[in-house]
This record gives sequence, structure tokens and C-alpha cells, in this order.
Amino acid sequence: MRLLKLVPDNTNLPFVSLRKWAFGLTLLLSIAALGLVLARGLNLGVDFVGGLMIEEKFDTPPSLDTLRSTVDRLNLGEVRLQAVGTDGKTISIKLPPPPSTDDGATNRVVAQVQAAVTKAFPDAKFSKQDVVGGKVSNELIGKGVLAVVLAVIGIGLFAVLRFEWQFGVSTVVAIVHDVLMTLGFFALTRFEFDLNIVAAVLTIIGYSINDKIVIDDRIRENMRRYRKMDMAGIVDLSVNETLPRTVMTSVTILLALFALLIFGGYVLRGFTAAMILGIFVGTYSSIYVSSSLLISLGLRPDPKVDDAPAAGTPKVG
Amino acid sequence: MQDFPRWKVISILGFLACLMALAIPSFLPDSITDRWGGFPHPKVNLGLDLAGGSYLLLEADTNELVKNRLEAKREEILNDINTATPPIQIGDISTDGGKLSFLLRDVRQLDATRELLNKQIGGAGMTGQRDWDLSVIDGQRIVMTPTQAGITQAVNTAMSTATDVVRTRIDKLGTKEPTIVRQGTDRIVVQVPGLKDPKALKDLLGKTAKLEFKMVDDTPYVAGGIVPAGSQVLPYPEGGPQAKILVKRQAILTGDQLVSASQGFKPDSTEAIVNFAFNAEGGRKFARITQDYTGKAFAVIVDGQVISAPRINTPILGGSGYIEGRFTVQSANNLAIALSSGKLPITLKVIEEHSVGADLGADSIHAGILASCIAVALVVVFMIVTYGRFGFYADYAVVINVVVIMGVLALLNGTLTLPGIAGFVLTIGTAVDANVLINERIREERRRGRSVIQSVELGYKEASRTIFEANATHAISGLIMLLLGSGPVKGFAVVLLIGIVTSVFTAVTFTRMLVVLWIRKNRPTEINI
Repeated sequence: MRLLKLVPDNTNLPFVSLRKWAFGLTLLLSIAALGLVLARGLNLGVDFVGGLMIEEKFDTPPSLDTLRSTVDRLNLGEVRLQAVGTDGKTISIKLPPPPSTDDGATNRVVAQVQAAVTKAFPDAKFSKQDVVGGKVSNELIGKGVLAVVLAVIGIGLFAVLRFEWQFGVSTVVAIVHDVLMTLGFFALTRFEFDLNIVAAVLTIIGYSINDKIVIDDRIRENMRRYRKMDMAGIVDLSVNETLPRTVMTSVTILLALFALLIFGGYVLRGFTAAMILGIFVGTYSSIYVSSSLLISLGLRPDPKVDDAPAAGTPKVG
Repeated sequence: MQDFPRWKVISILGFLACLMALAIPSFLPDSITDRWGGFPHPKVNLGLDLAGGSYLLLEADTNELVKNRLEAKREEILNDINTATPPIQIGDISTDGGKLSFLLRDVRQLDATRELLNKQIGGAGMTGQRDWDLSVIDGQRIVMTPTQAGITQAVNTAMSTATDVVRTRIDKLGTKEPTIVRQGTDRIVVQVPGLKDPKALKDLLGKTAKLEFKMVDDTPYVAGGIVPAGSQVLPYPEGGPQAKILVKRQAILTGDQLVSASQGFKPDSTEAIVNFAFNAEGGRKFARITQDYTGKAFAVIVDGQVISAPRINTPILGGSGYIEGRFTVQSANNLAIALSSGKLPITLKVIEEHSVGADLGADSIHAGILASCIAVALVVVFMIVTYGRFGFYADYAVVINVVVIMGVLALLNGTLTLPGIAGFVLTIGTAVDANVLINERIREERRRGRSVIQSVELGYKEASRTIFEANATHAISGLIMLLLGSGPVKGFAVVLLIGIVTSVFTAVTFTRMLVVLWIRKNRPTEINI
């Protein structure tokens, strides 16, 4: 049986020579992503802005206009309707938090909406509802941001302890890039950004770091093996040597994720979409952000046996 | 490399078999596992997003508690002072600014008043700290300030009572395995799986269930007019949305002496009512009042709202009666539950709610299982196509790993959520990464011209280090999710973390065993990888 090889033996792609271009592109995309997030903002879910979301399931896809006017008539603020799922039978109704702070206010709003919807559409069935008060949503934002920041710091520290400091720095920069691209994607597509997406971001960080560690590990190994090779050569060699693994792993995870995207139901769709994007972004940043950055940060094989030290580069411990 | 003693093989297989066996009960219906009796059968719990149900985060209104405590103290002190001998004359009593203060008419009574008040400032709990600070301004204005320790103690007591009351009320709803946990100083987390109607639950918990009986004031009254001294105006929904009714301020009887309340029907009618019964003392009081006031109307007030205002036709001597008020069977039942579980000492607000209908939960389970199966199938085929025999070994490991994760999750009494299923699918993808690393390394070593045995040995050795490092960083992000994440995110993190640990074992140790056993038996000089 002839086995499948996605990457032919002895592949030698000149990754490093494209480094300058890639840096430019990466920088441009990162700025664009940051700009998008700042200018358009994220379509934050109920978890993060407070308010309420009611999902009703109908036997037949309802007319969104009728549904909108039904809810509008209650004068509860800006109504946002969205068909979730593929068959158009489940509709999510989003409303801002009620202005009144008295304890029953939100419950009354939920009850009012449900009563009105059931009256206009007798086939409506309760499917899901989320109510988050302003205080809680602020706490959740705080926790989410803290989690991402801690993850980046923790992983950076691990890389510094296990490898040289350059690995720590380049890894952290690459992760920040990954997070930024994911946020940019959500700002661009207006997909809802909720708690599950924070989990996705953390998983992307985990996956991306996984990928980087594998390449970093190989770079370190090759630095010991080929003491006279220049850093660009070592990075190119290491990236090429690990390329079959990079491609294989990405493809397997993508296979699993696509299965989840297509068959896993709409509730997980945003999460899965973010993960799929993260696989691409993470793989790209392993090669063009973290590995390439190692060269710029002045990492090179043990200087004691290096016969052509570049001037002004810091010593590596 | 070939040194793989029999005891090691047996212990690896035995260990995996045990972990896999732990997963079995989770796949069996309750009707079977219930018959096992004392035989341990750990099961994976389904999260609310899969089982359907409600998650509520309740926050107590501590400001209100502090205010009520101040008012109660005011009553207590007025009572003490009014009954003191010789009588103490005071005036200008106020509770403004969170303090209780009053003016002493006769400065000479300062010492007597102090002595009286000293009994009222008590020790807060076991710490012996005071509940109230007592100070005197200008020798005649007495100020009592609540201490922080006293407030904390009061909130604490109220919260533990409230948690008990919430538990009693939810238990009476008759749902399966609700969890009620106090969180922090002023919050309660309530999780009720399999609940059909979250509204009923919220209604039930939102009720303080303070029951009072007050006499109706028959003085003619027009809305917005002057309220007679000693009376108050209360909302009376039964008379219309804006209707109000004039009642005497003084409660003639409260719900503290209720012993039971239940939903019933009015005799010879289908109208839902709430039956209630007092204890002996309450019953006597009730009898006396209904005798004294026969022919007059009294108001039944729950949480400051008049439910009904019936006229007392005949004295009620048995210590029991019923409340009517255009109830539905359900609302009557809710009120009955609330009344009989005692009143909440503190108002609870729902500040976060996530409810999932059982249908959506079932849909999610089906979708999740389908997606997992397809993911496993795709990955299995892909690995065999790419690595042949070695891919097959990796597949073995992946499938075992999925079952082992379930087993460990059951052992830890963990909860499987929808994101948890995503964690499974992702673990399927990442678990083979270890094998990919190993197999690619073996391919590389073969290309460098090493022998089969050397290549396999080096492949496992070199890749193991990388696998450890990669998984350690992965675990860092998982741990952070576990610590900071809430609900569903936590469910995801748990599966991810278990998967990281078990996948290293199955993907490295277990496949290495399979490879070594095969090589030892067949002594191949060439491998197809």
C-alpha cells in the first residue's frame, strides 16, 4: 500500500526569504484588525453587554417582519431578530436590559415577549433564554480579558523557562497576533462574540502555542546540531522538517472541526468557526511571526563555535 | 527498545481497561444502573445545555436588609422606652443616613437610657464585637450606628436562611437533583436540570412571601387624597391594574405562625385557592380576631400587595382558612409553596439566567454525538491512509482515549456540556498530533538511513520531549479556563484537561507498546510509514 504524503520528502521551501514581505503583511493585517475592532466594535452577546435573549422554535419558519412588529409593539427597546440554525425555524430575539432596576423587571419583559409571541404564533415553543444583568456582564468581561491575558503571560513564562528568552518574546508576539486576528474576524463578520468565543480564543492560544513549541523545539535541536549554520538557515531547515507534521496535524484537526461545524448544531457554530480560523492563523504565525522573529531578536547558535558573529547582537544564555 | 516486560504490558492494558470500564455506566439508562444498588456506578452528569434546565444567579439586596434592620431596631427601642419605668420622654427619632438617632427630652435620664440601650447593642456572633455603636452628642442626642461586623453577621444569617428557603421551595417543585450553592457574600447559584418552565421557578424565588393580615379601613378614600393617620394605601391588583385599597397600618396577624399552605379548590367550584393553617397560637389569635371583627373586611397581603379583601362572615375557629384571589392552579400552587417554605429574610434578584429547553438540549446531544462520530471516522481513515499500520495504532489509541476521557469524567463526577463535546472533538484532533509527531520523526530517521528499530526508538524518544512541552503549554490555557471560566466554558476546560493527560498516555505509552510488540514478533527490516 502506498501511503499518503501531503508534504513530499525533502521539501525545502524558502520561508525565511519571504520574511520581510510577511512582516509587512502581518503588520498591515494586524493594524487592520485592530482598526476594525476599535471602529466597528464586536457584536457582543448578552453575556457581555447585559440584556436578554429569547430563542423560540416554530413549527414552520415564521415571518420575521410579523415577529418584529409583534415584539416592537411592546415598546421594550431595540429588538434584534436573527434566524439561528439552518432551517429558519429557530429565531433568537434580543432585547436590551429593561431600564427599570426593580427585581421583576427582566422577568416581566421575558414573560411579556413570550406571551405576545405565543399569541401571534401559536406554534412557538420555548427553546432557550439568557438574561444577564449589567453587573454580571461587566464581571464576565473582566474575567474573560483576565483569562486571555493570564494565558498569554503564563505561556510566555513557560517558553522563557524551557527555552531562551527570545522564544518567550516571539511566542507572546505571535499569540497576540493570533488573538488580534480572531477579534478582527469577529469585528468583520459581526458573528456574535460571547463566552464560548472566549473559550475558543483560549483554545486557539493553546493550539497555536502547541504548534510553535514543536517548531521551537526543532530549532533548538538544530541549533545544537548545526553550530555553524546561520540562523536563517536553521529556521528554514526546522520549519521544513516539521512541515509534514504541521500540515498533518492541521488537516486532522480541521477534519474534526469541520465535522463539528457541519453536524454539531448551530449552538456551537460561532465557536467552531473561530477555531477553524484559529488553526490557519496559528499555523501562519508559527512560521512567519514567531520563528521569523527569532532571527530578528538575534538568536543564533552557540557563539563560542560560531565563526561569523554579527556585530551588536545580544549574547544568548 | 524491545525491552517491554510482560508485567508492563499487563499493567498498561489493565489500567486502560479500568478507566474504560468507568465509562460504561454513563452509557446505560438509569433504569439499569439503579438496580445495581450499592455497586459503584459513577456517571457523567449532563450540563444544563444538554439536559435542558435553568441556571439562575440570585443576588440579595443587602441595602434593603440594612434598612429593614434599622427600622426593626427603631421599633424595638421605641417599645423598650415606652414600657420603661419611670417613663423616658424622647422625640425627633430618625433613621436618616443609616443611623438611628433620637433626642432625650430630659437630660437627667441619660444614664437610665444608656442602661436600657446597652441591652440592645449586643455582641455580634462569637467574636463579641458589637452590633451597634452608641454615642451621645451634646449630652442629649443619642445616636446608634450599625457596626460593619454587625451588618456582616446579619447578612450572613439572612443568606444562610435564604439559601435554605430557596432549597425548600425548589424541592417542592419536584425536579430532579437541583443544586443550590451560596456564592460569595450575597449570591446564590441555583441550577435546576430538566425544568420545563423557568418562569415558574423565577416567580417562586422572586417572592419574599411575607404574609400579613390587616383590617380594611372603611373611611371613604379617593385616590391621591389624604390618608387617615394609622392607615396606608396598598395596591390591590384584583380591582384593576391601578386599583388601591386603604388598610390599617398595624398588622393583626402575620404569616410567621403558619404551619402549612397548599393549593386547593373552593368548595363546589373550580376556582383555585390557597389553603392555610396556623399553629395553635396563631389559630387562637385568628379565632379571636375573626370573632372581634365579624362583619368587617380584612386584607390578605402578600409582599405588600393585597391579594384579597374578604368580609368576615362568621368567626373562623379551626385555625385554618383559605385565600382566594383569581388564582390559576399554578399561581395558587406557587403561592402555597412560597408561604409554606417561610418568608425570605432578604429580597433576591435574578441577575443572570440561562435556560435551555429540553428539546434544544436533546437536539444538541444528537448533533454532538453525530459530529463526534463523524470526526472520529474522518480522523481514523486519514491516519490509516497516511501512516498505514502506525496510523492504525494511533487510531486504536484515539478511540480508547475517547472512552477513557468519559471514564475519568465520570470518576470525577464531572459534567458534560455542549462545549465539552466540542472539547472531545478537538481532543480527537489534537490527540493524534502526538502520533503525527512520532510517526513523522520515524519517517525522518528512516530517510536518514537508520534501521527500523533505531528509527522507531529515536522517533518515540525525540518526539516525547516535544509532546510533553506542547501539552504542558496547552494545559496552561486549559487550567486558566477552568479557574476563570464559568459554566459551559468550565465544561470545555475539564474535557480538554482530561484529554491532554489521557492522550499523552494513550498516544505515547500505549502505541509504543503496540509497536514494540509488533516489532518483537515480526522483526521487520522495512516498514511502510
